[in-house]
Amino acid sequence: MKLPPHRRDPLRIAAAVQRLSGLALALFLPAHFLVLGLAIESPEALDSFLSLTQNPVVKVAEIGLVLLLGLHFFGGLRLLAVEFLPWSPRQKTYAAGALAAAITLSCCFLLSVTG
Amino acid sequence: MVLGRGAEMLDLRLYLLQRLSAMVMAPLVLGHIGMMIYAAQGGLTASEILARTQGNQWWALFYGVFVLAAAIHATIGLRVVLHEYLKPPPRLLNSVALALFVCLVALGARAIMAVVL
Amino acid sequence: MTDTLQVDIWRGDTNGGSYSRYAVPAQESQTILDVVTWVQRHAEPGLAYRFACRVGMCGSCAMMVNGAPRWTCRTHVRKASKDGKLTIAPLRNMPVVKDLVCDMAEFFDKWIKAGSVFTPTETRNDPMAAIKPDEPDRMNANAAIECINCGVCYAGCDTVEANPDYLGPAALNRAWTLVNDRRDGAGSERLSTISKAGGCHSCHTHQSCAALCPNLLNPTASIAGLKRKTAKAALGLGTRR
Repeated sequence: MKLPPHRRDPLRIAAAVQRLSGLALALFLPAHFLVLGLAIESPEALDSFLSLTQNPVVKVAEIGLVLLLGLHFFGGLRLLAVEFLPWSPRQKTYAAGALAAAITLSCCFLLSVTG
Repeated sequence: MVLGRGAEMLDLRLYLLQRLSAMVMAPLVLGHIGMMIYAAQGGLTASEILARTQGNQWWALFYGVFVLAAAIHATIGLRVVLHEYLKPPPRLLNSVALALFVCLVALGARAIMAVVL
Repeated sequence: MTDTLQVDIWRGDTNGGSYSRYAVPAQESQTILDVVTWVQRHAEPGLAYRFACRVGMCGSCAMMVNGAPRWTCRTHVRKASKDGKLTIAPLRNMPVVKDLVCDMAEFFDKWIKAGSVFTPTETRNDPMAAIKPDEPDRMNANAAIECINCGVCYAGCDTVEANPDYLGPAALNRAWTLVNDRRDGAGSERLSTISKAGGCHSCHTHQSCAALCPNLLNPTASIAGLKRKTAKAALGLGTRR
């Protein structure tokens, strides 16, 4: 399906990324809390779950999560600047910067989990 | 005049609360990611996590604020998404949002207790 | 360039409709409005569409052209279509009356709802207000006053589509000009009105309005200004009036 012209604008796509990453993080949050809550039973219960993180597929998913968090975080900083600082005409530059920062962040995490 | 009083100003209050929670979370997210990058080296183990957090009131405060701000931020965001795509009646929408908020805070508090106590 | 354009025009009314195809002779410097006018004069006398000034001032000829809202009198065929194929439909986010004519009543009702009426604080007997061209408020208003009410931003706004209560970019942009008008006396009421459900805080900064506005205005920047003013007022900071 082809996007209608107004949805192909980079800043419109940035807004969609903000919403989709936020939605994904909100759905991840309860799962994250539940896993940590396993330690309330016993550290072993948490450990048996954490051993999953050695699985390459889970590692890729983790890096994806960090990327989503980075996109939402840096994209969110741009939106806070739009809403609380005087208008800047360089929005596309800032959106590109947010993307670059999010990718850099997930690469740092990638090095950490594979190192 | 101070805006924000009365039920009809709910959207304004939620808008402010969402931005405020975002500003509170900004440094916490950086701390959390830094921690993850540090902790994920050489694999995650429960003993490693618990050794860092158990009995540490600073981590309890850090994550207590983080859980509360994240629960506020996520609930307001989900409320907007539900409103725009499903268009439920306002009372149902607000009840669902409140339920989501309570669940997130309860699960978050349980997670903090699990790793700090 | 082809010598014939393949033009699909939406035909119907409130009960629905479909596209009809017309072959229209291509010409140099032809606008979309020229194409629609040719169809009405030579192929489909019953075709309903709106236009008045033909020079980009009246704001009555906006339509969806190949999926994007545009002012048709100032949009060249060459700009809207590379291959000589055009799809022309009534503006999005508004009910259709007939063919390319949509009902703009709600669009304009929302202008009124957003507090877009100037409320004078003085009479004609008072001396003229001395507002310098380089005052910050005047410059804020200046950047937003050239709106021609064409509805292009409203038709291109996904937030309007998702949230029918949302006042929309044009109405809020107008409110921003008045918030910056020192002569206006309804400042605090206006800030209160646009803070209710569907007001400026419903905007998600898609910036489609700024990308699409034919007069190169930036309603997103105006709405961001309103968000700052209302946030300050709500927090009791810097209440100016």
